[in-house]
Amino acid sequence: MKTPVFETVLAIASKDLRAELRSRELLSLMAIFALLSILVFSFALELDRLAREEAVSGVLWVTLIFASLLGLNRSLAQEYDQGNLDALLLAPVSRSAIFVGKFLGNALFTWLVGVLLLPLMTALYGMNLLDGRLILTALAGIFGLCAIGTLLATMTVQTRAREALLPIAMLPVALPFLLTAVRATTGILTGAAEWQVWFQLLLGIAVIYLVLCLLLYGYVVEE
Amino acid sequence: MANNRKDAIIEVEGLSKVFGILPALQEVDFTLARGEFALLLGANGSGKSTLLRLLSGLSKPSAGSVRIGGWELPGEAMAIRAQIGLVAHRPLLYDNLTARENLAFFGRLYGIDRAECEGRSRDLLRQVGLWRRADTLVRTFSRGMKQRLSIARAILHRPDVLLLDEPFSGLDQTAAESLDQLLATARQEGRTIILSTHQLERAPPTGERALILSRGRIAYDGAFETSELAEMYRAAEA
Repeated sequence: MKTPVFETVLAIASKDLRAELRSRELLSLMAIFALLSILVFSFALELDRLAREEAVSGVLWVTLIFASLLGLNRSLAQEYDQGNLDALLLAPVSRSAIFVGKFLGNALFTWLVGVLLLPLMTALYGMNLLDGRLILTALAGIFGLCAIGTLLATMTVQTRAREALLPIAMLPVALPFLLTAVRATTGILTGAAEWQVWFQLLLGIAVIYLVLCLLLYGYVVEE
Repeated sequence: MANNRKDAIIEVEGLSKVFGILPALQEVDFTLARGEFALLLGANGSGKSTLLRLLSGLSKPSAGSVRIGGWELPGEAMAIRAQIGLVAHRPLLYDNLTARENLAFFGRLYGIDRAECEGRSRDLLRQVGLWRRADTLVRTFSRGMKQRLSIARAILHRPDVLLLDEPFSGLDQTAAESLDQLLATARQEGRTIILSTHQLERAPPTGERALILSRGRIAYDGAFETSELAEMYRAAEA
């Protein structure tokens, strides 16, 4: 007897959402961090308007990456500290379904932070970031980031120095996302046609990472 | 004692587990018949939790084999998982969900129909004395209440085998008595139970079989006779 994948994914993602709506622990942490980051960047780059305009896509993606790191660490720690990861593994469900359920929850929270960031940055940086193409790029980037982040956080959460270890493990792996997402975002903001190439590349990397994570998750959670 | 019985539900042969160079379990062999209640005794660090993790499929053996209900671990783990209920050291519950929501979530993971799950949850919450707190967040529960809910979670899918790892630790007298009653009910329902404890005096009187683990090896496998067992247990601990 094996519980259907879709049912498992839905159960885990909706459980995460329900628990988060109640505690607001993760979202508030991520949102406050993201808000402070863009404020700090805004003040630091205040002197040079041109530099600020050039840096806006970098600021957006660095903020999103660090906010997602915070969220991923907390999300998996909540699962691990109460032994709930064991409870999930004890159930007759596929490991991939557990991964997708956790990944969707994490991605949703990071997307919400992205939704908050775009209008705020539009106001603070004096550039229009409320562009459909940019929202699509943010969706694709966060999708890939949270896929690899969920896998790595599941590994690092079992270690003592998990808060420090996740960024160390994730940042090098997230570099392809950062590069392509920043290029695509800059292309959209400056009106360059090449943004599409970078967007397609970003999408390709996200899909490859997701497939790899699906294949590897079972090995990561097995003792 | 019960080796090679036709009605065996748990068959363990030459089971070993090594962490790095440290052997946690060495050449463990035993068989449990369907409906049998075995007490797993041993001092801290004797390998009880490791054995229960191996039986539940949460950990892979370094050597040896485990068969549960005719299925072999780890190859047929999916079939075995549906037959096992585990009560671990930690409650395996979500603090930010209510007792009812926790059971509903695990019910979905075990593929239990929603209406059926609601009915079972209601019955179990009554049985464990938490019906009045069904819609209370688990984070407000005491250790004893969490433990009772943890048992409800473990038997929600009506497993054939119930594994309990030190379920009495941290429980007050009332909660421990309530747990004794729950175990008696589980026995009446024909579940095979392995209960680990390092406190012989806390072992429930319903036990019929005792296994003593000492330094990762089975030091005693026999009938549950408290007076003899106490002596054996002291000898194994020494």
